[in-house]
Amino acid sequence: MILVLVETSLAGDAVEVSREAVTFARDLSAAGGGVPIDVVLVGEPSASLVDELAAYGVRRVHALTGPAFEAFSGAAWASGVLAVRETAGSVVVMAAGTPRGNEVMAHVGARAGVAMAANVLSFGGLSPFTVTRQVVGGAALEEMQLSQRPAVFTVAGHAVEAAPADAPGPAEVVVETPAVAEADLVARVVSTEEPEPDLSGSLKSAKVVVGAGRGAGSSDGFGDLLELTELLDASLGVSRVVTSLGWRPHHEQVGQTGSRISPDLYIPCGISGAIQHWAGCSSAKAILAINTDAEAPMVTKATYAVIGDLHEVVPAINAEIRRRRG
Amino acid sequence: MTTLVCIKRVVDSSSEVVLTDDAQAVDGRYAGFTMSAHEECAVEIAVQLGDATVMTLGDADAVEQLRAALAVGCTAATHVVADPQTFGPADVAREIAAVVRDSQESGGGHDLVLLGNDAADSGDFQVGIRLAYELGWPVVNGVTNVSVADGQVAASGAGPDGHETYRLPLPAVVTVLEGGVEPRYPTVPGRMKAKKVAIDERTPTAEPAGPGRVRLLLPPPAPSDVQILGKGAEAAPAVVDVLEQLGVLSR
Repeated sequence: MILVLVETSLAGDAVEVSREAVTFARDLSAAGGGVPIDVVLVGEPSASLVDELAAYGVRRVHALTGPAFEAFSGAAWASGVLAVRETAGSVVVMAAGTPRGNEVMAHVGARAGVAMAANVLSFGGLSPFTVTRQVVGGAALEEMQLSQRPAVFTVAGHAVEAAPADAPGPAEVVVETPAVAEADLVARVVSTEEPEPDLSGSLKSAKVVVGAGRGAGSSDGFGDLLELTELLDASLGVSRVVTSLGWRPHHEQVGQTGSRISPDLYIPCGISGAIQHWAGCSSAKAILAINTDAEAPMVTKATYAVIGDLHEVVPAINAEIRRRRG
Repeated sequence: MTTLVCIKRVVDSSSEVVLTDDAQAVDGRYAGFTMSAHEECAVEIAVQLGDATVMTLGDADAVEQLRAALAVGCTAATHVVADPQTFGPADVAREIAAVVRDSQESGGGHDLVLLGNDAADSGDFQVGIRLAYELGWPVVNGVTNVSVADGQVAASGAGPDGHETYRLPLPAVVTVLEGGVEPRYPTVPGRMKAKKVAIDERTPTAEPAGPGRVRLLLPPPAPSDVQILGKGAEAAPAVVDVLEQLGVLSR
């Protein structure tokens, strides 16, 4: 059996990357001759969530409940996942490559005494079980063998497109309250504050992102870019240089150590496209680069490009948009 | 209260990635090196907390990153000299744990171990967590702010539903993400002082089990099919045409 940790939003839906992980699990199941897929999640799922997971080909939904799971603790979640794994006998334990997913799978790997592969893009052979994963911020790939059982890994965001199964059946819910050791509750969240408005959450979900790099020139160089952001109802994303220089706050950073974005359109202005930044924006569906250097990696990797200084190009675009809107 | 902060020498993210002939590593001849960005912040936090020792597992060149941490205020350094490519995350965790235990036995001891959330090269996301299990300590993962008072560590960072805070007794392991603190730049006296610190060199305590790596490969180079819309301000109408085609201008 394949066991997938599914994360849910505050609204109680399965988050997109978790649905991607279940889709990945289905490909793995098919390669293994139809191994059943179970998911484990925290809290009692709504009927609509169970229906949705069933549509993705899930056989059984294990819901972890009880006081030990009310506040997040990586160790407690891992202990719950392994309790389910023991009764259900899974050979694979996996999650989405989110902060939570990577954290809980690292605990699972450590507790089970097996390897854990983070940010897997695809699998090769089943014996030995070989996965390909992102390293160096996606600038290189690593083929890695997971010969121990359970095989533990996380799936990189947007490695596959989330898609329901062709011939799904019903899913059964199993509510479980496994015992959790006191030691596994020592490091747990004691309080959660509402995020400040317009932090990186809107950046990650934005359909259009306007990007700004060193080419902005100074902390005063963002006026036209912010206007374009407003005209397009977009979010502003910046490169690491911009936050390191203190021009813009860190929560606006796109990259390996910032947010990973996947908008319909990304408009990087004055960003060369080094590994650090590309790691955060490579999932954009289309890229329109504005850069003085026609050879910059961001330009050669883009769908569209304008060669020029953002301080000349962006105001002209803003004026053209206003002109067409009358 | 003393802190151990663990760093790793990694390829600079502005370098082009070229692999070694055996495809087991990034070829250092074509790359610049630095410490992982998250670790720069872990070092800053360790220095702010006071009495910080820095350690790494790496080849002889990793001394450069240890000196960088000493130059910004770490007061001692430990170097486990080994080829990091042959060490998996469980191997590295075991070697860090050995350093922590030896320090305890010699009467020093560390109450807090800080690491980066993930290394910029191997991206394993697990050394801190495995270390915590080696030591039998609790671990908080992926936080941006850390403070210590009365034998307790408070750590906080962004979670999926808001800013999350953890509070737990020492000793503990905490892994840090970039974004909460500004790493300081080394001063000239800081650099001079760093050169004089004697680095404690060690050999690994055991043969590594390895990272399970079959080989590294480069993603297939995508042929550039960029459509150049024009040069300078004159390109604006063509840009707005594209925005209309993509349906991002509807309002």
